Amino acid sequence: MAETTGTVTPDAASMAGEDGFRRRDFIHIAAVSAAGVGGVVTLLPLVSQMSPSRDVLAASTTEVDVSAIEPGQAIKAEFRKQPLFVRRLTPTEIDEANAVDVASLRDPASLIERTKDGHHDMLVTMGICTHLGCVPLGAAEGENKGDYGGYFCPCHGSHYDTAGRIRKGPAPANLVVPDYEFTSDSVIRVG
Amino acid sequence: MSFAWARQYEPQNAFMKWMDERLPLPRLVYNAVGAGYPVPRNLNYMWNFGVLAGFFLVVQIITGVILAMHYAANQTVAFATVEHIMRNVNWGWLMRYAHANGASFFFIVVYLHIFRGFFYSSYKAPREMIWLLGVVIFLLMMATAFMGYVLPWGQMSFWGAQVITGLFGAIPLVGENLQIWILGGYAPDNAALNRFFSLHFLLPFVIAAVVILHVWALHIPGSSNPTGVEVKSESDTVPFHPYYTAKDGFGLGVVLIFFAIMVFFAPNALGHPDNYIEANPLSTPALIVPEWYFYPFYAILRAFTFDFILPAKLWGVLAMFASILVWFFLPWLDKGAVRSGHYRPLFRKFFWFGLIPCMAALFYLGGAHAEEPYIMLSQFATAYYFLHFLVILPIISSIEKPEPLPYSITDAVLGGKAATEA
Amino acid sequence: MTRIISIVVGIGFTVAVLWAFAFGVGPAFSTFAKHGQFVEPTAELELHKVAHGPEGGFSFDGPFGKWDYAQLQRGYQVYKEVCAACHSLQYVAFRNLEELTYSEAEVKAEAAQYQIPKYDPATSEVVTQPGLPTDQFPPVPYFGTGHPPDLSLITKARHDGSNYVYSLLTGYGEPDPEVLAKFPDFEVPAGMSFNPYFANVNIAMAPPLTTDGQVTYADGTEATVSQMAKDVSAFLTWTAEPTLVKRKQTGWPVLGFLLFATILAYLSKKQIWASLKPRKKD
Repeated sequence: MAETTGTVTPDAASMAGEDGFRRRDFIHIAAVSAAGVGGVVTLLPLVSQMSPSRDVLAASTTEVDVSAIEPGQAIKAEFRKQPLFVRRLTPTEIDEANAVDVASLRDPASLIERTKDGHHDMLVTMGICTHLGCVPLGAAEGENKGDYGGYFCPCHGSHYDTAGRIRKGPAPANLVVPDYEFTSDSVIRVG
Repeated sequence: MSFAWARQYEPQNAFMKWMDERLPLPRLVYNAVGAGYPVPRNLNYMWNFGVLAGFFLVVQIITGVILAMHYAANQTVAFATVEHIMRNVNWGWLMRYAHANGASFFFIVVYLHIFRGFFYSSYKAPREMIWLLGVVIFLLMMATAFMGYVLPWGQMSFWGAQVITGLFGAIPLVGENLQIWILGGYAPDNAALNRFFSLHFLLPFVIAAVVILHVWALHIPGSSNPTGVEVKSESDTVPFHPYYTAKDGFGLGVVLIFFAIMVFFAPNALGHPDNYIEANPLSTPALIVPEWYFYPFYAILRAFTFDFILPAKLWGVLAMFASILVWFFLPWLDKGAVRSGHYRPLFRKFFWFGLIPCMAALFYLGGAHAEEPYIMLSQFATAYYFLHFLVILPIISSIEKPEPLPYSITDAVLGGKAATEA
Repeated sequence: MTRIISIVVGIGFTVAVLWAFAFGVGPAFSTFAKHGQFVEPTAELELHKVAHGPEGGFSFDGPFGKWDYAQLQRGYQVYKEVCAACHSLQYVAFRNLEELTYSEAEVKAEAAQYQIPKYDPATSEVVTQPGLPTDQFPPVPYFGTGHPPDLSLITKARHDGSNYVYSLLTGYGEPDPEVLAKFPDFEVPAGMSFNPYFANVNIAMAPPLTTDGQVTYADGTEATVSQMAKDVSAFLTWTAEPTLVKRKQTGWPVLGFLLFATILAYLSKKQIWASLKPRKKD
């Protein structure tokens, strides 16, 4: 900027001494930098307004009452506008899950790791197939539970076992276990 | 652009040279607002408002696009989504207050820009086209602002829409059907709200396009200046950059300080409390007023209270539209050879003691209750308004004896001595 | 030719508007001659008073204003125990109460006290459930006279709203006898109450805050009528604009920065234009 200033008129160049140039440069650089900083800071609210709003964030934790689920039954709840499967396993189902050699699985994890201490019969997973995001069958009464007695995704035929682990089909990973905790014996708080 | 001594754009490096041969956008910018545009060296701060108007158009488009991400144009939820923006959306309150006050500031700087044009007769040849495009921009702004005010779907939104579309109903024969067509119904409702939202989103981009034409037309003759004497030689001008970029930057800072004071400390001062009440078609507010920037035209509309050959309502509507349309004819109504009000003694008197008090009165009266003595005062002001533009201006421009002009802009800057020598 | 047409049109509009003036001026000045003012005096106009704030003002007044959270909590208590019988608060969610420094558990318990109507798409019925923190305050059914407005935005929906609410709540009383003597026909309609701060001075709402100690404050503050009115006005200012204090607090650094940047811009501009100055001496 100072360069252009200095060359605008012959007088300008002649009157600016060594010190003059330095001071001029400083003022212009400071002014343009201030404008730049102001511009960048202004961008912050413009960007952050697209993040989830406060009502969405407030709805990002969900409490589910699991006391009414009988062994062998499952419920579909809603967590962050997505399906959540909560299933109380029967002793047979627990045994089936524990009988599998974990190392042989596509996505190795044991039932113990996928459930909470003291509530190993309570399987809480997202109801979203890890393949392409369909909602698997098997949570509601009478639905196809797949070859391994857990969940079955009708879109491309992924079979999940009684611990929600992928056993057969194109899905790359087990059904996701969201962050959750038991706030009491009958209520879980997801998220 | 049009001056022989305008500096030529020279690409600074190989990439810019490559760019210049394929898409000479940097060259265009250089010639439009860079060192390649010679500008009269004597512009005062009244010449800042064009750039500022452009700045507020950008503010309105950015904040408006953001608000549209969170707003829903449906009569059942529109009001609630505005409150959602205010309460839940990150920085939503800032976006909305900046948009609402941005509209006011847009009008403030545009009014100052227009009145600069009135005083310095910026509309005169060879700049008629700049002026005409400017009036088109102003009309588009009015339409955009009116439709934007309807969107929050508060009481003033609803009743404002009712009153303004009702104006079209005053037109003989087709009026009633025209009003129904504009609203898509018999009263403002979902159909009207949705089309206003659509058009409110579209029109700013039309404004931006006309602004480009406005600036293009400006670059043909170059900027006018406070003496009204055309540029004669290189010493009359300085390059736009850095001289006027620096001056505009300072002006922008000053205006932004006022803007920030309004947005952060008095964001509702220019709005009407009734618009925080959701629209209710069964209950009319005690006083229906538009936003402050429409007050002069609203005062003119309401000044016609008795039938005179035509119905009073039709007179009001005609006068309101005519009060802006008359600006289109200014270049041909004011035929004086001298532009600047500084050298036009008679014109100057009518400007400062006629037009300015008249406009100030209309601004005040448009927001007042429709009762005496405000009605009488607005009738006087309206009469003067039309007399000024349609009768006084054509007459004084042909009879007045202008004061001696400086020989050139340089002489005017250098002082009286040079002027008399010339 | 242009000028002739323009003068004709200009005179046309002028004559039309002065015609209207000629008809209006007579009645206007006869009113003025009779009453000394242009508007016909009415009891409503003379009894009406402009809103004023409580003594000492509100904590959130002025550019440095801040919320007084204890006051907002007391105000919420007044709303809940007095106003909520008729007035809804539908743009406020229970979760917002956490901003009044209530704990998460307190908010949850608060929400659960309300029954929230929810539409069940399976049965096409509206069923009520205990509220969750994410719910908003429910609508309040009202069957009396008048239309109690929703209070979420009331302090923004009235001119000088916080002071207006305070004045209205403490302003019930009897009309000024001097004005009454001038307007013997004036009477407050049956079922209405006189309040000089209300737009037409007759309000359908019966005095809501009548006796000191009507509410027993949890924090032990003495619940005078004026104290309750002040607290609930503060609470309703918060409900109308929860971001009010944040807005003012954001404003200061922004203003400071703009001032700094503008001074730099001025110095820069001065420096650039200084190069033109010596030419004056040529």
